Amino acid sequence: MRFSFLSIAREALRGNRGWTPHWRDAEPKAAYDAVIIGGGGHGLATAYYLAKNHGLTNIAVLEKSWIGSGNVGRNTTIVRSNYLLPGNIPLYELSMKLWEGLERDLNYNAMVSQRGVLNLCHTDAQRDAFARRGNAMRLHGVEAELLDRKAVQRMCPFLDFDNARFPIQGGLLQRRGGTVRHDAVAWGYARGASDRGVDIVQNCAVTGIRIANGVVEGVETTRGFIAAKKVAMAVAGSTSQVASMAGLRLPIESHVLQAFVSEGLKPLIPGVITFGAGHFYISQSDKGGLVFGGDIDGYNSYAQRGNLHVVEDVAEEAMGLMPMTGRLRMLRSWGGIMDMSMDGSPIIDRTPIDGLFLNAGWCYGGFKAIPGSGLAYAHLIAKGEPHPAATALRLDRFRTGHLIDEKGQGAQANLH
Amino acid sequence: MSVGPYRLPTGGAIDRAQALSFRFDGTSLTGFAGDTLASALLANGHRVVGRSFKYHRPRGVLTAGPEEPNALVELRSGARREPNTKATTAELFDGLEAASQNRWPSLRFDIGAAARLAGSAASAGFYYKTFMWPAAFWEKVYEPAIRRAAGLGRASGVEDPDTYEKAFAFCDVLVIGGGPAGLIAALTAGRSGARVILCDEDFVLGGRLNAERTEIDGQPAAIWAAAIATELEALPNVRVMRRTAVVGVYDGGTYAALERVADHLLEPPFGQPRQRFWRIVAKTAVLATGAVERPIVFGGNDKPGVMMAGAVRTYLNRFSVAPGRRVAFFANNDDAWTTAADLRAAGVDLVAVIDSRAEVADHIRAKAGNARVELSAAVADAKGGYGLTSLQIATPKGRIALDADALAVSGGWNPQLGLATHLGGKPQWSERHAAFLLPADLPAGLTVAGAANGMMTTAEALADGAAKGATAADAAGFTAAPAPLPRASDESFAVAPLWQVAASRTKAFVDFQNDVTASDLALSVREGFTSVEHLKRYTTLGMATDQGRTSNVNGLAMLAALTGRGIAETGATRARPPERPVAFGALAGLHRGKHLKPTRLTPSHRWAASEGAVFIEAGPWLRAQWYPRPGEKTWLDSVSREAAAVRSAVGICDVSTLGKIALFGRDVGAFLDRVYCNTFSTLPVGKLRYGLMLREDGFVMDDGTTARLSENEWVMSTTTANAAKVMHHLELARQVLWPQLDVRLASVTEQWAQFAIAGPNARALLERLLGDVSDEVVPYLAARIFDLGGIPARLFRVSFSGERAYEIAVPAQYGDALAHELMWAGEGLGVTPYGTEALGVLRIEKGHVAGNELNGQTTARDLGLGKMMSAKKDYIGRVMAARPALIDPDRPMLAGFRAVDPTKRPRAGAHFLKIGAPETPENDEGYLTSVAFSPALNRWIGLGFIKRGPERVGERIRAYDRMQGGDLELEICAPVFVDPEGTRVHG
Repeated sequence: MRFSFLSIAREALRGNRGWTPHWRDAEPKAAYDAVIIGGGGHGLATAYYLAKNHGLTNIAVLEKSWIGSGNVGRNTTIVRSNYLLPGNIPLYELSMKLWEGLERDLNYNAMVSQRGVLNLCHTDAQRDAFARRGNAMRLHGVEAELLDRKAVQRMCPFLDFDNARFPIQGGLLQRRGGTVRHDAVAWGYARGASDRGVDIVQNCAVTGIRIANGVVEGVETTRGFIAAKKVAMAVAGSTSQVASMAGLRLPIESHVLQAFVSEGLKPLIPGVITFGAGHFYISQSDKGGLVFGGDIDGYNSYAQRGNLHVVEDVAEEAMGLMPMTGRLRMLRSWGGIMDMSMDGSPIIDRTPIDGLFLNAGWCYGGFKAIPGSGLAYAHLIAKGEPHPAATALRLDRFRTGHLIDEKGQGAQANLH
Repeated sequence: MSVGPYRLPTGGAIDRAQALSFRFDGTSLTGFAGDTLASALLANGHRVVGRSFKYHRPRGVLTAGPEEPNALVELRSGARREPNTKATTAELFDGLEAASQNRWPSLRFDIGAAARLAGSAASAGFYYKTFMWPAAFWEKVYEPAIRRAAGLGRASGVEDPDTYEKAFAFCDVLVIGGGPAGLIAALTAGRSGARVILCDEDFVLGGRLNAERTEIDGQPAAIWAAAIATELEALPNVRVMRRTAVVGVYDGGTYAALERVADHLLEPPFGQPRQRFWRIVAKTAVLATGAVERPIVFGGNDKPGVMMAGAVRTYLNRFSVAPGRRVAFFANNDDAWTTAADLRAAGVDLVAVIDSRAEVADHIRAKAGNARVELSAAVADAKGGYGLTSLQIATPKGRIALDADALAVSGGWNPQLGLATHLGGKPQWSERHAAFLLPADLPAGLTVAGAANGMMTTAEALADGAAKGATAADAAGFTAAPAPLPRASDESFAVAPLWQVAASRTKAFVDFQNDVTASDLALSVREGFTSVEHLKRYTTLGMATDQGRTSNVNGLAMLAALTGRGIAETGATRARPPERPVAFGALAGLHRGKHLKPTRLTPSHRWAASEGAVFIEAGPWLRAQWYPRPGEKTWLDSVSREAAAVRSAVGICDVSTLGKIALFGRDVGAFLDRVYCNTFSTLPVGKLRYGLMLREDGFVMDDGTTARLSENEWVMSTTTANAAKVMHHLELARQVLWPQLDVRLASVTEQWAQFAIAGPNARALLERLLGDVSDEVVPYLAARIFDLGGIPARLFRVSFSGERAYEIAVPAQYGDALAHELMWAGEGLGVTPYGTEALGVLRIEKGHVAGNELNGQTTARDLGLGKMMSAKKDYIGRVMAARPALIDPDRPMLAGFRAVDPTKRPRAGAHFLKIGAPETPENDEGYLTSVAFSPALNRWIGLGFIKRGPERVGERIRAYDRMQGGDLELEICAPVFVDPEGTRVHG
């Protein structure tokens, strides 16, 4: 059912009895033109754009649990396209543009809130690196501003400007960045895809990938074999496990990343702020909770939980950045599993197996990429060629050396 | 002085001799020591204490514990203001100030209550469907309005004046919760000799025993609990921690706990923290966190005056407060009838007992005395504008109206298992308990006892606690003797599930704090949000500050009914730490302000300060950036003077922050050959060499020099930034890759103070200290050890500035003295201390790469150092450095740059475009990394990477800079600006 002033008014008068499910909870069919493994943000967006842009509707999204139960349901909801390298910027900017039109495209309000993303710098070298990044963004047609200390202070007077261990020198601001109501992204794409005929199949875990003569034939699932000419993985933290079903070993490690939310508060901070003398990012949700996070825990893990060293480190950086947080309380923390790639950048590519596609390695930046990734992945699956915004995100770049290493950390997954 | 109109004349665990005055919303009130803020407010007749999140409905105290969803206040004022504080756990103290939240202008008259008028249009999930038209309105109109309305309490907005500590503890048995099960578990384990820690979040041990009139061993249960507490505290191996909540379970038997050291005081005593955050590592643990009573969902169940039955008993028995004048009672279980008995015993008017069950045993029924009893009945709707005034009761005979100003409700009890599921265990549904019980996969070492384990009577809880205490002690290697169990009541807790009253006509709340109603759940299911996690996320059920402790089980039971599934199949949402909200300050401890991270000072920091140095953070270090002199107007004046002094006379720079790694062993040379891309095994004793280290992936990791002090003793220098990283890397290589090599490593960065002495007068200066340091004794790239007044001084002939230069190192404790000595020795020679900025100018003038160029994205070839990559040996990074993209001739390579207009200043971070080329990414040719004003050239110069740079010397290009106004025309030049022939280093 389309959402409009009229439908809302009508339903309000009828006691909301006429609303229908946002998406069909479909039974799996025996065969599809394509199946997408993973009902997270990337998988659902891919299905939506396959149907919308490529007319591919005899497809299914297979989700082992409930849709949106992975990283799209557990993240810090930040969207931005303030990247440095030409391999990354086009995809994230494509994504940013799609975010900006998402509500109208989907007829679903995911509350895209462009209140700005401010990266703080604390040293001359960081400022130089931000200038390099800002200029790279501008060359790609992405807006960016370099703020000096005074401009940061005007914008965020509550930061520590008096007694900071690492005094704030300035910041790189992307005003179009912001936050999005994360769960609604999964629901909105599911609804859009379902309306176009895509089967959203929940509680259907893929247990095997059937391959004959180097060509994919379908997937074994907990609900039986499903034949498909094309099989596309979009399983975030489970990538290494699912890919191993096809005999693939990927340049990816699985790591746990924690995120946190405070108790609900009256509006306190304007947009997204990141601390540059450590690793800490924070914003405030429309509901009032401070949503924040820091580094990955540092060890490989498939458990969706973290440990105290990061909890404490994150709180220290919160206090270092914003001393006013002392008496505010952390309400809840959670852990998600990140595909950490060897250069910190994602992979959207074919695999050595014909008909099997890979969308993986988003590290902890996958949420913001959902629309662009879905669109580019759909393009690849439908046409067999990479989307122009994702030509660099190749699986073979680790062999050729065409790495996209934003931080210059090298092939050490837990440093990205 | 008024004791409060609802305070009972006698009884309770309050100290009536200690009256405490406090203020709520500006009104002065009085309570007693032993009160919570909630009990004191109730005693004073304050039934409404806050407004709800979405509909701004008036709300009162629902519970007597940390599960409280309604009674949230802003506690204290000014910089100590704590929003969202639960009045039910805030211990009363003299001078306490609190204010209600989420209302304007006042609690009684709240404009926000108009939100109720939106009615059905503002049902669960309405915002996903609306606020989309017109498109521009979301950002400009709707969202700002939503944001203003959001949130509950207000943050202080200023720095917290209190301090926090972190502490660590280790024990054999950790007992979590000091109710009957926890007390006896701790006692059993304690008597076995095990090191026991007992944590209880309350300020009085005993848990529910303090709230009940029940007896243990023939004495009041609270007295028994106090006696056990006394015995526990007398045991030397037992530590009792009151006001301490265990808030998280982590891997490896690690438990996080928050001790509220001074929250019950006006201010922390001098030298005391407000709170202490504990990390407790326990061999075994007993979880005895009890159970929490759940409400029943009926119309108007959120009216102030509606309260949990167990909470009513707590207020009656522990705090001596009557919940109202005319109290009714609504339940579905036997346990709750105790409330009826207690109300009567306290002399409160019990107007009716309503039980949804058709039959209640006679001995249970007797607890109601002569009060009216309605069976097979339910409260359908509670009425009252600003608090409960009457009830509509649905009975088999039809609706009955009843006047009442308080209603005690009990829907049964939920074992508190949050901590047991932090590591991922899933609780199991028990039909008999009508509740979730412990998960099959408990965290290693953890057992569950008492009501948390479904042992719902006092006798059962005691027996279970004793057994689990013994098991835990045994598992930790002790032998626990079973103690005789005390006599205690074993009354029925029989319960017949009732989640929702079907006959309700008005808004019935499931989640009080987030205003989630029964119809929201129905709508959610209608719209396809049938998974328990979807329901939670769509309706926000259980996402408020109480994390759904009174709402989750009701919500998912109702979901199960709506979807026709069983509760077991529907499952529960996952509990996540922390079990109680924890202040950021407590988690950060002392690591705040300047103490966020340790500050490292070099050995001669005091000398530099005495020279007037301006210091700059360089990672954890503070380094002298420049040394202003009288008359200098800007930093550039100082820096240019310092750099010029090095070129014309002699300068001294503290380089102690550079990483220093001592290497010992027969195989160090072979080892270095493998970690550096150039060769070191051929280095003679007494010499040093510049080395370049690659990462495994073929990019440059770090550079520095390594000297061979004797046959088997070497010392490596790294950049300041990469000191730890290189140490890790070498340790990995030594321990994992080549354990067979005879190499030992030690980081000695902090053991040596080191200074660069650079400039044409460097030799003269040093000779005043060391004697002959001529080229014959200390040739270029020599490493020599001198005796400096009995101190071993290492002298290295290296130059970063391009001038004749040395670095001298002495044990750190002599660093400050050496700095003074060097200044003395330089008198008459023009000696000048120089800081990191001048160091940067000098190295840029010489085209030496540093941090901005060693950015992890560059290869040796990019840096113009490709020839250092030995073709004669293997080394880390060699293979990967040969990948096609790394040897692409089009890669940006190091070059020098200068503005065509010598008065203009380029900016690092600018990108390079061909002049006139469109501003597109395809035309991006590289970027400027380092810029400095060269006093030697009297103009700004820079280093950067540009495609095929070395081939393009003399070409003009555009520095594209939209960030800092450095959009200029530049000329590409060789990266060495000063003394390209390299003669001055020998001069």
